[in-house]
Amino acid sequence: MADKLNFSLVSPARELFSGEVDHVVAPGSDGEFGVLANHAPFMSTLKNGVVRVLDGETVSMRLFVRGGFADVTPNGLTILAEEAVDLATIDADALEKDIDDLRHKLMAEGADSPHHLALEEQISYLKSVQAEL
Amino acid sequence: MASLKELKNRIGSVKSTQKITKAKQMVAAAKLRRAQEAAEAAKPYAKRMANVVANLTSAMDGSLGPRLLAGTGDDQVHLLIVVTAERGLCGGFNANCAKLARQTITALQNDGKTIKVLTVGKKGREALKSDFSDLFIDHVDLSEAKDDFAPFAIGLGKDLAARFDAGEFDIATIIFSEFQNVLVQSPKTAQLIPAVSPDDADLVDLRGAIYAYEPSETEILEVLLPRYLTTQILSAMLENIAGEQAASMTAMDNATRNAGDLINKLTLQYNRARQAQITKELIEIISGAEAL
Repeated sequence: MADKLNFSLVSPARELFSGEVDHVVAPGSDGEFGVLANHAPFMSTLKNGVVRVLDGETVSMRLFVRGGFADVTPNGLTILAEEAVDLATIDADALEKDIDDLRHKLMAEGADSPHHLALEEQISYLKSVQAEL
Repeated sequence: MASLKELKNRIGSVKSTQKITKAKQMVAAAKLRRAQEAAEAAKPYAKRMANVVANLTSAMDGSLGPRLLAGTGDDQVHLLIVVTAERGLCGGFNANCAKLARQTITALQNDGKTIKVLTVGKKGREALKSDFSDLFIDHVDLSEAKDDFAPFAIGLGKDLAARFDAGEFDIATIIFSEFQNVLVQSPKTAQLIPAVSPDDADLVDLRGAIYAYEPSETEILEVLLPRYLTTQILSAMLENIAGEQAASMTAMDNATRNAGDLINKLTLQYNRARQAQITKELIEIISGAEAL
């Protein structure tokens, strides 16, 4: 077996994953990229999307990140996500409900509310998470 | 000598004080556990972020970077951000932080610098108000924060970046209590702007390879630095709150023990007084009987 890649994914709230994997595919802002062991030093900003962790040829974990950075050094790959969630732990019904709640809130707030933009962004974020389920 | 009734009342009041301090101690202990977990959970991100910034900046020439990194090239106007608790009853916790702030302000003023102060948390503001109220520029109220400090940290980070861009200050330093363990919280200063990477960051040996950036190095730094700022503020707030609860727990524990000692002493006094009175009454009866 080839070398393993040291991968960790952290969000401000907590460390979601830390360990050795074979292959990680991340949503870079200029396009998706894959990182294997012994990758050249590389740094990229991330857009909202799915980070896929592969062991061998199979996807072992899918994590949705909301922007952030990927830092590849000889020591491994570190993803600093602003917000991240393991797709396997998401409850589809609860997510649907959250989106609905936010929609109602948005309606109630009216178009000139200062929270308008933030709410819309949150909805579109949750929707993109939903689309990946 | 106080009368028996007075002593009895006194004991009663100390007992109820002890109940209150005991309850406060238990509340602080429960809150401490949560605050400590939050502070611990945020550490990996802050540490990795610091490492990334350290790696990036070590690779580039400091003077060429964005202003948040390179600074204004001046050090005349200092902004101090003093982070303290919203509540008292936690021993010397707030006082220590305010003391360090006072020393820092005085030292900088002696060097002829202009100082501005931004306070986070009510207690620090109150402590510094008497001497430095003319230096205050803003205040962040954390009493609404409950357990979620992220919005406050993000807000303050944006505010600082905007003030910096407007040229309101050259150097920003944060003063907060570092949570070392439950018994030790030491006030500490850390420079926020221009960004400095901590001394203990692990610089990665690139083994001669060159970093590739996507999009460009400056674009990454421009996104990364404000976030680094926010992360530092957030971890300062989290350590501050964990420290507050720890200090409060220790202070209340001491108070409970003090109250216990006091109750023992008062009870002893009470019993002596009671015995003295009984003896006195007996003597009166006996000498009355003998006189017959």
